[in-house]
Amino acid sequence: MDWQALALTLRLATATTAILLVLAVPLAALLVLRHNRWLAGLEALTAMPLVLPPTVLGFFLLVLLGPGTAVGRGITSLLGHPLAFSFGGLVVGSVIYSLPFAVQPLVTGFAAVDPALVDAAKMLGAGPVRLVFSLLIPLARRSLLTAVVLSFLHTVGEFGVVLMLGGDIPGATRTLSIVLYNQVENFNYAAANQTAATLLALSVVPLAIIYVAGSPRGGTRG
Amino acid sequence: MVELKLEARRGGFHLQLQCRFAADWTVIFGPSGAGKSTLLRLMAGLDRPDSGRIALDGEPVTDTAKAIHLRPGLRRTSMVAQAPGLFPHLSVSANVAYGLKSMDRKSRAARVAEMLELVDATEMMHRRPRSLSGGESQRVALARALAPLPRLLLLDEPFSALDGAASDALLSRLQSWLKERRVQTVMVTHDATEAYASGAEVALLREGRLAAQGPAHLALATERARIITRLQMS
Repeated sequence: MDWQALALTLRLATATTAILLVLAVPLAALLVLRHNRWLAGLEALTAMPLVLPPTVLGFFLLVLLGPGTAVGRGITSLLGHPLAFSFGGLVVGSVIYSLPFAVQPLVTGFAAVDPALVDAAKMLGAGPVRLVFSLLIPLARRSLLTAVVLSFLHTVGEFGVVLMLGGDIPGATRTLSIVLYNQVENFNYAAANQTAATLLALSVVPLAIIYVAGSPRGGTRG
Repeated sequence: MVELKLEARRGGFHLQLQCRFAADWTVIFGPSGAGKSTLLRLMAGLDRPDSGRIALDGEPVTDTAKAIHLRPGLRRTSMVAQAPGLFPHLSVSANVAYGLKSMDRKSRAARVAEMLELVDATEMMHRRPRSLSGGESQRVALARALAPLPRLLLLDEPFSALDGAASDALLSRLQSWLKERRVQTVMVTHDATEAYASGAEVALLREGRLAAQGPAHLALATERARIITRLQMS
């Protein structure tokens, strides 16, 4: 078992999920509470990674973050090194790639909150921030949990974006999916089985948490 | 005092009003679909008119010509809708305290107790909304709306789930409390008995237009004649 790759995968998934939560909660609240055609465009944009092949997204990001663009050059001069082929670059790629998996459940959960409650909170002086934290999040707890778990799992199992944007640098960008690919390529099926089982366990446990939490006897329904 | 001059289109419906509510207690009466709830939401700031102006005590809270639209929480206006809209994850006392964020804990607790006593709901303070009946929920919603001491109270058929005797007793207690605190009230109803019983000024709304305004017996005279004629014809 490649413990370094496992640790890196978990670190990447945790960082991505944390960043996604910070981005997705206000974004989902904005999409639900405000309605105009610009926001419909923004919603479509956040959903794009769902239909874009991961390798294509990875390629675009590689080009964007590379030395050939102003963005890439700006980031390189800011950080002192290029973002591509680094852990930071993987985080950026993962956040973009998993954005719809965080935003969509939250949009669904927030939209399911009774508009009469939102109106009542507004009448009682709640601004957008209080509305989100005192009303939408408590009433959409299950959607929040779903967003966290899906973002985490999606990042754990990511391959195309990681390979394209990060390559295969041990300790920096080599995740479990890359390790599995390498093991299969080298016909090392025993090790590949072990890696695949680890990835499977990492997926099944959080999914079970979602379903237990969402079952009628499971408490947190949102 | 509420001054209105506005137009609002909602699908095929067109609300067009120019009026002034100066009485302490005004009842907006009209059949379903007359635009009563739409008007209330416009006054509350929950919706915007297509054009026009709404002023509370001379202060414009909505003025499309000047791009003014004060958000609901800044109008010192409270509303109790037909659906009480109690926050299900909060206790009754936390619901009533929701609009009192700026107060210190002691004053907030005192205000919550006062409001719950007014609506005769003191014993419910630790309960969750899902355990309340429809009438109890409406009383708590009323307490919650009154707690921030608004200058204007908007009521959208707030007593629909209360039985007659309970509704009358609450209405009488509420009216004297509002008078004491100088809170102007605009109540929507489609119940003619309720409109008469309140003893208030009545604005009769029909198909998005103000059909009559004045003391209940005068404003509703034409409506009463219409109903009698309709009954006779059927």
